[in-house]
Amino acid sequence: MPMELFFLKIMIFFEKIESFFRGLFSGELFDELKIKFINTFIDDNRWKYLADGLVITLKVAFFAVLLGIAIGFVVAIIRATNINTGKLRVLNFFCKFYITVIRGTPVVVQLLIIYFVIFASVKIDKSFVAILAFGINSGAYVAEIVRGGIMSIDVGQMEAGRSLGFNYVQTMWHIILPQAFKNVLPALGNEFIVLLKETSVSGYIALQDLTKGGDIIRGRTYESFMPLIAVALIYLALVMILSYLVGLLERRLRSSDH
Amino acid sequence: MTTDVLIKVEGLKKHFGSLKALDGVTIDIQKGDVAVVIGPSGSGKSTFLRCLNLLEVPTEGAIYFEGNDITDPKCDINKHRQKMGMVFQQFNLFPHMTILKNLTLAPMKLLKLSKEEAEKRAMELLARVGLADRANSYPSQLSGGQKQRIAIVRALCMNPDVMLFDEPTSALDPEMVGEVLDVMKNLAKDGMTMVVVTHEMGFAKEVGTRVVFMDEGKIVEENSPAELFTNPKSDRLKSFLAKIL
Repeated sequence: MPMELFFLKIMIFFEKIESFFRGLFSGELFDELKIKFINTFIDDNRWKYLADGLVITLKVAFFAVLLGIAIGFVVAIIRATNINTGKLRVLNFFCKFYITVIRGTPVVVQLLIIYFVIFASVKIDKSFVAILAFGINSGAYVAEIVRGGIMSIDVGQMEAGRSLGFNYVQTMWHIILPQAFKNVLPALGNEFIVLLKETSVSGYIALQDLTKGGDIIRGRTYESFMPLIAVALIYLALVMILSYLVGLLERRLRSSDH
Repeated sequence: MTTDVLIKVEGLKKHFGSLKALDGVTIDIQKGDVAVVIGPSGSGKSTFLRCLNLLEVPTEGAIYFEGNDITDPKCDINKHRQKMGMVFQQFNLFPHMTILKNLTLAPMKLLKLSKEEAEKRAMELLARVGLADRANSYPSQLSGGQKQRIAIVRALCMNPDVMLFDEPTSALDPEMVGEVLDVMKNLAKDGMTMVVVTHEMGFAKEVGTRVVFMDEGKIVEENSPAELFTNPKSDRLKSFLAKIL
């Protein structure tokens, strides 16, 4: 009977909890954790999988963010210009197409396509492929964030810049973008956090990033808890540092709002 | 006589869809003129002003500034705009920059002045409008009247040949209108050519060298302030003046 099975499971659960606390007080648990820790990180220098993976993850995330910002700002300016002035129609069409395709398909699939289809016949550095895939992916999201920021700036700012004699690009650069950037910084910070964590699917093209590193240890030791929790904690620390840095920048840029 | 014409407007039309905001405006602005444009709202006076530096692109007609047809697509409008200062109803200061940065940005980037030259000039002009102590403030820390005086100084820093004012006091609290008008009066006294769209009839009477009355996208009447206010000829101007005076 499923009902009996259910009670049986509950009993086993409580027994586990009981043994956990008994172990905690007798020091057994601590010893066990210590053994697991050594097995996971120290033996065969397995911590290196995490360290090397972390370097890859940081490298991929950092350059992908840069690429995403570069693509995103260009696309955003093209889109906003088209919407405000009706110019750049052909470019705008391509930008819309890019955003639709990138936002409409999973990032893992994009990564796989770039690696196994586009660069199928070329031997190429996997982290470069990952940077390209995540950068192009992030660019689409950054573009829409920044476009929103540009369009939220009062038209009077553009008119004031133009009336002083600045051309369109100069006005964008000196007057519109700095204000737009400040307004969208929280959303951009969010996007960078998502991007950092999204690089964890790099393992799909056998790139040994942080997540893959933890997974390799799991495969070697048949022990899941330690490596996976370690990986999770490292991501958490990275994201907290990133949030802190974005917050710092935000406060600096807010200096003009008294 | 024609050598003194700074802006020559010929048959200017501006249509927004089926709306004829400007329906054939022809006027010469002479050097040293303080031309005050008045008229009911929707008469096209702001559109007219914004056409003068091509913030609105005219549908038809020509605008000659210092002899160059600025409606010609081949003409570099950015060069000419450097010589045409513009002041907006909503100030449009750059909120992310200090006052000094607001004032020196364009002279440094466009006139290629050094930082020292640009700041020296900015501080002189700031002192003239009594705001030298606010150089390092941000626009959000200033009152409306102060913002508008800064906006005037920002345009003056480019050393323009003409100043365009688009309802410069309409967004101000009543007690701040005076300080802005005073700055404009001094500017007129110094011989600056000005085109002013305003509802301040006192300013028009006192400072204007000529007053232009617009209605339904056309110039209905144009005269010296004394003549136009005391002796209006058209019925439309008469009824307009009756409503506001």
